Amino acid sequence: MSEPFEPVIIGFTCNWCSYRAADLAGTSRVKYPPNIRLIRLMCSGRLDPTFVLKALAGGADGVLITGCHPGECHYLEQNYKTLRRFTLLRRTLAQFGIEPERVRLVWASAAEGARLAVEIGKMVEEVRALGPLNWQGVIADDGDPPIAIYHPQSEWVQGVAA
Amino acid sequence: MNANGKPKLAMYWASACGGCEISTLNIGEHILTVDAVFDLAFFPCIADFKVKDVLGYPDGYIDLCLINGAIRNSENEEMVRLLRRKSKLLVAFGSCAYEGCIPALSNLTTRDATLRAAYLDNPSIDNPAGTLPQPHTAVPEGDLEIPFFYHTVKSLDQVVDVDYTIPGCPPEPHQIWAVLQVVVAALTQGGSLPPKGVLLGAGSVAVCEECALAKHEKAVARFYRPYQIRPEPGLCLLEQGLICMGPATLSGCGALCPQVGMGCRGCYGPLPGAEDQGMRMLTAIASILDVSGRPGDNELDLERKVEAAADTIVDPAGTFYRFSMAHSLLRRARTDGVEAAVPQPAVWS
Repeated sequence: MSEPFEPVIIGFTCNWCSYRAADLAGTSRVKYPPNIRLIRLMCSGRLDPTFVLKALAGGADGVLITGCHPGECHYLEQNYKTLRRFTLLRRTLAQFGIEPERVRLVWASAAEGARLAVEIGKMVEEVRALGPLNWQGVIADDGDPPIAIYHPQSEWVQGVAA
Repeated sequence: MNANGKPKLAMYWASACGGCEISTLNIGEHILTVDAVFDLAFFPCIADFKVKDVLGYPDGYIDLCLINGAIRNSENEEMVRLLRRKSKLLVAFGSCAYEGCIPALSNLTTRDATLRAAYLDNPSIDNPAGTLPQPHTAVPEGDLEIPFFYHTVKSLDQVVDVDYTIPGCPPEPHQIWAVLQVVVAALTQGGSLPPKGVLLGAGSVAVCEECALAKHEKAVARFYRPYQIRPEPGLCLLEQGLICMGPATLSGCGALCPQVGMGCRGCYGPLPGAEDQGMRMLTAIASILDVSGRPGDNELDLERKVEAAADTIVDPAGTFYRFSMAHSLLRRARTDGVEAAVPQPAVWS
């Protein structure tokens, strides 16, 4: 526990708005925390919610989904789909015990570099306050001691390839 | 094979309902062929074998072992490890063994909560002393042991090495027979076995493709639960606002449920290439939900409209992962050690 917890957040951006917002933040020298790893998609509508689960199960502490404001999608209305997916996803994740702060949706136009940087900063602090997600730990520590403890008399429970 | 030269067949249930056995016996008169070709080595549902019979077999004695049911308690795990050792071919038979199925829905809660629902907090329960099953009980005659109830339900392949998988809840009889024919040909006539690890007895496309209901462009304002509306016959159920897992589910069953007005439950599991059936279904549902807006609309109003539509899907995790929880990317809910609160006898800690 010597190192302070630095959350890892995967950020999905769309090619036409939010990625350019992040770019603008960069060229404008607006600082945002390095905890976010941005991935560019052509559209937030490309975001298969499987990506979010993969990120969380694979070690991310949070996922930020970003896209064009509703009504401004380069592909007309795919970001409405994103909003609907996100709404269902958040409800599903709540049933898995994942806090709503860990998966967020933020709209950012190409001109909103400074605002996106603020939102990233806010999310990093919220997830930092929640602590690590460590989903591999949730899977590995399934709450059940090894079989040999229950059936020590059964030599066949041991040494069998799992 | 032993002296009479017949291959040995076993079928065992772990945490299962018995439907897989019924479906197996439903292959009709082919069961006579199965009887002629195989010697039964272990089949608790239909024949009187004991565990000690299996213990007495040499390793690899059973040629084909079909295991249905999820791994729910320590006895399930002990038995499948034993049968793995005694079997040449081990098949995850049916949705429970394949991906957890209904038993694995309890991965959304804790062992403690499951036991409470079953033994304490339920209107139909009369248990004034609050008795809960204990893995170990000391009685004057000695120590009584019952299997330990797990916190996390697992699929068969998460516990032992699995050679083949047959999906379905239960697998359809014609699919079971097709698979048995392949195995029988391999065992008796030297035919080749399918490569290890493959899914047998299923199609390769979505259930929708074998569903005869008429399909159009889909846009639904809200969803209904099956008891809330009477579906119009002959028309795609999703279009009528009934959740049907067809788009995210592997074919092979013949789309039986939608034909009788019940949306596909998803029991054949995800399509090839889909890592997480629940998320694939969530995507499909979100795509057909007809809630959008126009440029300049208030974003909060839009969110409220989407939330209201999402309210019509009760229990999304239980719906989208009804059969595939144990095989999903997340596998179980995070409970932060709540299960440790269950009182454990000293011997287990």
